[in-house]
Amino acid sequence: MTPPKHIRTPLARVRGFGAAKSGTGHFWLQRVTAIANIPLTIVAVIIMIMLLGRNQPAVAQILGSSTVAIIMLLFIVSIMAHMRIGMQVVIEDYVHDETAKLGLLIANNFFVAIVGLTAVYGILKLSFGL
Amino acid sequence: MAEARSFEGPRAAERPLSPHLQIYRPMLTMMMSIVHRITGIGLYFGTLLLAWWINSAAGPNGYAKFEAFIGSWIGRLILFGYTWALIHHMLGGIRHLIWDTGRGFGPNEREWLVAANLVGSIAITVLLWIVGLLFVGGPQ
Repeated sequence: MTPPKHIRTPLARVRGFGAAKSGTGHFWLQRVTAIANIPLTIVAVIIMIMLLGRNQPAVAQILGSSTVAIIMLLFIVSIMAHMRIGMQVVIEDYVHDETAKLGLLIANNFFVAIVGLTAVYGILKLSFGL
Repeated sequence: MAEARSFEGPRAAERPLSPHLQIYRPMLTMMMSIVHRITGIGLYFGTLLLAWWINSAAGPNGYAKFEAFIGSWIGRLILFGYTWALIHHMLGGIRHLIWDTGRGFGPNEREWLVAANLVGSIAITVLLWIVGLLFVGGPQ
């Protein structure tokens, strides 16, 4: 058996990502969520305008109704996935200090998880009438 | 940008970096690219407002607090800015999706696209607020 000429594993060579560590996954997800965001944003804005000036029980009932709740959940999940990648790109582009960059990338994930799940929880709560 | 050292530390070689913003003459397409990022960042933090609105709807006291904030002049200003950022970022996203297909890169086409993006976002924002305030009853 001849010794290998380099220490890269066959798996790493097949994946072909090199120092980038990942491929076009983020690029693609950003576009898929962008396409999803267009109709979802339009419908969400219409829902928000229709809820203007209504009292709290009416808002709670409409926001919690099945169709509106599902649309809002799709809207929340899609924008959260989209903005997580967007903010990550902004951080990677402008923050060059490695420690600060790592901290901000983690904070980005925490922000999206907390705000996203809080919004999802709010919709589910209205929908299930808890 | 020579002072923009990488994380390699002070002993890293002073390699030339690619030219950045301050090298180029400002152009509309470039400015709109920056605005797309800024509106994206604004929308990012604006989701706090969305989460607050949704969760406030669970009870009358919470919803009254939200309505008091969003009905105040600062609340309305934030909501107006948020509306514009949302519409502008959405139209800018459509522009980028068109560009992703390889179309619209001609000198006139790209200028037209960014101009339509800007004019469209302002027009739609104003229209939405007219509809919201006059026909639906406003945030009160």
